[in-house]
Amino acid sequence: MTELLVGTKKGLFVLRGDPADGRPYEIVTRAFPGDIVEYAMRDARTGRYFAAHTSGFYGPRLMFTDDPTGEWTQAVGPVFPEDGEASLERIWTITPGEADGLLYAGAAPAALFASTDGGESWSLNESLWKERRAGDWQPGAGGLALHSICPWPGDERRLAVGVSAAGVWITDDGGDTWRTGYEGLVPEYIPEEDRAGTNALCVHNMHRAPTRPERLFMQFHGNVYRSDDEGSNWQEIRAGLPSGFGFPLVVDPSDPDNAYVIPLVADVDRVTPEGAVRVYETRDAGSTWTAHGRGLPGEEAYLTVLRQAFGAAGTGASMELYFGATSGDVFGSADAGGSWFSVHERLAPVTSVRAA
Amino acid sequence: MPVVTLRAPLSQRAGGSSKHDLPGSTAGEVLRELERRHPPIVGWILDERGRVRPHVNVFVNGERIREDAVVGPADVLHVLPSISGG
Repeated sequence: MTELLVGTKKGLFVLRGDPADGRPYEIVTRAFPGDIVEYAMRDARTGRYFAAHTSGFYGPRLMFTDDPTGEWTQAVGPVFPEDGEASLERIWTITPGEADGLLYAGAAPAALFASTDGGESWSLNESLWKERRAGDWQPGAGGLALHSICPWPGDERRLAVGVSAAGVWITDDGGDTWRTGYEGLVPEYIPEEDRAGTNALCVHNMHRAPTRPERLFMQFHGNVYRSDDEGSNWQEIRAGLPSGFGFPLVVDPSDPDNAYVIPLVADVDRVTPEGAVRVYETRDAGSTWTAHGRGLPGEEAYLTVLRQAFGAAGTGASMELYFGATSGDVFGSADAGGSWFSVHERLAPVTSVRAA
Repeated sequence: MPVVTLRAPLSQRAGGSSKHDLPGSTAGEVLRELERRHPPIVGWILDERGRVRPHVNVFVNGERIREDAVVGPADVLHVLPSISGG
């Protein structure tokens, strides 16, 4: 039995089902009805659930619970300092850290928050925030967002984060100091003569390969990249994909050569190419890609899959994959992408999908 | 003393009461005092900088005001969500 947390424009849906059946999952509960749930996840270390949601009237907040069918508690933060120039707009991601009780949250405007008490209270990483202010970071179409947080397995001091649109930032000292990971990233959306030295680098999603942690995969605005040196330098791996554009990305936790993307046509046409929904897999770190579409809509399907709407459970050949689209459809695979089934249809537009 | 009136879900976060007598000489001071007495409402009306959220309206005597508006002891602050959308 798998439990899925599906964040949507109209609340959080908790779904449960057996992927071996290939049948739709049941809705166990719907939380935060009417509000946007940008991201929801469960911390496997504690079993605690987290949901980032935004009321159209009353703003964003982070909630947690041990039972998603029961009451949720509002965390203390994340918020910006009262005497600062920013207000929290949105929480994009929540990621467990490498120490007990340590979690990170990525937010808009682009900032990193940390919790050391299991997610009950949060504080701003001041040093990265100073970099943001000094660097005049500019937003992408979805806002100025810190949406990808990549801890280093076994080392709580090392972390890489992805920002739209301010590139990759890396710390080796637990967030006291930060350096950039810009080399090799090509912002094709900027005139060629203006690219040198720009920090307008629109990272869409980034994940680390846990068993080879110096390796990171990135879906960029118009390209797909891999880094084998902790994010300092990047090489293009889009050859074999129908498009370099897309949002989400998944890495097999057990295989550093195995990753998945869901290409869209282009930034000016953010739908699945040729009306066919396809998930592309590489088993050789991006040298080649294989399209998977068995069980997915193959014609007249123009879906948009957002950056947090692709998740996984397990590893290897039996890894479960799940993604949701802004059409409200959610799809799943119980065999690492080889075949797919409909997990649920006609939910609200999907913003995030994570297996609990 | 100024009075703040709330509707659900704000009233539920303020001890279940829709009417609150609160001290303060500006709308911001009054609403901060509401937060101090009822922490579950922190961040719902005012953001972390003390500004009334863009889609929340605070009316006094039929006039929409912001956090820096001066209020008197006989004033009633009505807190309402915006009528947004089409």
